[in-house]
Amino acid sequence: MRDRAKWLRLSPVALGIVYLIPFYILITTSLKKESDLSSKWALPGYLDLDNFVQAWSNARLDSAFVNTLVVTGCALALLVLLGSLSAYPLARYPSRWNKLMYVCFVSALIVPPLAILVPLYKFYVDLGGINTYWGIVLLQTTFYLPMAIFLYTGFIKSIPKDLDEAAMIDGAGKIGLFLRILLPLLKPVTASVMILCGVQIWNDYQFSVFFLQKADMQTFTVALSVFIGQFNSNIGWVAAGSFIAAVPLAALYLFLQRYFINGLASGAVKG
Amino acid sequence: MNTWKHSPVWLNLLYLPTVLLFGLFIVYPLSKGVQISFTNWDGFSQQFRSVGWDNYKRMFSDRNTIKVIQNTFIYGLGSALLQNLLGFVFALLLNRKFRTVGLVRTIVYLPAIISPLIIGYLWYFILEYRSGALNDIVRLFSDEPMNFLANPDFNVWLITFVNTYQFAGVAMIIFLAGLQVIPKDYYEAADIDGASPLQQLRHVTWPLLAPSLTISLVLNLIGGFKLFDVIISLTDGGPGYASASLSSYMYKLYFGRQDAGYASAIGVLMFAIIAIVSVVALYFLRRREERL
Repeated sequence: MRDRAKWLRLSPVALGIVYLIPFYILITTSLKKESDLSSKWALPGYLDLDNFVQAWSNARLDSAFVNTLVVTGCALALLVLLGSLSAYPLARYPSRWNKLMYVCFVSALIVPPLAILVPLYKFYVDLGGINTYWGIVLLQTTFYLPMAIFLYTGFIKSIPKDLDEAAMIDGAGKIGLFLRILLPLLKPVTASVMILCGVQIWNDYQFSVFFLQKADMQTFTVALSVFIGQFNSNIGWVAAGSFIAAVPLAALYLFLQRYFINGLASGAVKG
Repeated sequence: MNTWKHSPVWLNLLYLPTVLLFGLFIVYPLSKGVQISFTNWDGFSQQFRSVGWDNYKRMFSDRNTIKVIQNTFIYGLGSALLQNLLGFVFALLLNRKFRTVGLVRTIVYLPAIISPLIIGYLWYFILEYRSGALNDIVRLFSDEPMNFLANPDFNVWLITFVNTYQFAGVAMIIFLAGLQVIPKDYYEAADIDGASPLQQLRHVTWPLLAPSLTISLVLNLIGGFKLFDVIISLTDGGPGYASASLSSYMYKLYFGRQDAGYASAIGVLMFAIIAIVSVVALYFLRRREERL
């Protein structure tokens, strides 16, 4: 019995250590000079941040940061607006037609964006949407709307209808009801939508690599992959670039981890 | 309360923008893609002609395509199974309230927050041939370092493993959420009936986690079949097409070989595979939930 208790206490620690190994290797690699051929498992005996300086300037991570922020911010604003507005009639008036619409919206979740890359790219060339903010923002919004509608509809359904009826008796119209009664109650699910979709849009590579090719329009992932394509022989630079690109979200997650984990958990339980 | 059933039609205008976006960026390209798949279009010129079913026939004689379809199934089914198995074990292990346990949960979910492209690079530093961290260990036992990522026999499995490492934390959180809504009384009742911990796991925990398993498996299946970023950063689909997925293959065909007609056909195939797999999985998992 004693052994079992010890095993139960130690195995999580072992799991945590195994999970940190890639991050440890990232740190040692990013701190070593190119001439340092010692094993990646060993820490360098000196402090040299030149790799970070080089990665920051050569990968143009400053403009990538701004682009990623703009794209993610705009797409999230649209997702919250369109997601909650679409979910309101779907959740509150489940007529046969609206049920069908709901199924159509949510099943768009399975459309793999890359499966329609060829026609989508051609369409974007015709529209002039390549290398523009609006182009990528509309794409991201469209492909994460199924998730947003799914979460909002589930959440609105869980709000008792008595609340609506009370407001109607007090003379609120259907839109007023949504704006004044329901919208303030949607804060928790809005946080879930922003976190679940925000992380994926911020990290997106499969759209951005095709639709944001121009150097000053690239987001983090695209800038990083271009940089790595150019300097893949200098692994210290590559590691430092990866480190910098991972830091913003990782830091946000460590500060707000409760929201990140609850966002996923509540979304999964409601589903 | 019949008034609730009748939605005023004007209220449905609220989802009109969504309908427009879906029509423009999903339905229209999807139908256009089917059209292009019956041509020999090169991706930019005005001239192309219809080739009938040739692009589809070509899939079954093209050895690369067959290999890529196999890979995609390994990525999809393999990572869905592994992620859920590990996620389930991690959840059981970490379903306690110690401070270290909370910290470990945070760590296991951390890779899921980071871009798959970057996670791919992290593992590249470990698996790489010249100075990879794993080869430092290999060198202790043999003279020859191993070129893990260039080995066409198992680099597909290495990519599946890296994808599992990254997203097992998602399955873990979903299972933990499921575990927390199981009422404690059930375990007390099972204790009184003299059920062993293993029996409790089998007859109480596992069946009550059915809804968690459904959502986690379907999410992971879709994610695995679409796999792209981590392949690009680890092997770029190579050597040759040995580790390519349908996504990375069609990107090569379109931008690398100007074979837009064939790339479109591959896209249609990919859409069909994901649609069929997720509908079938959802159907069986929902039925299983009802039986339990």
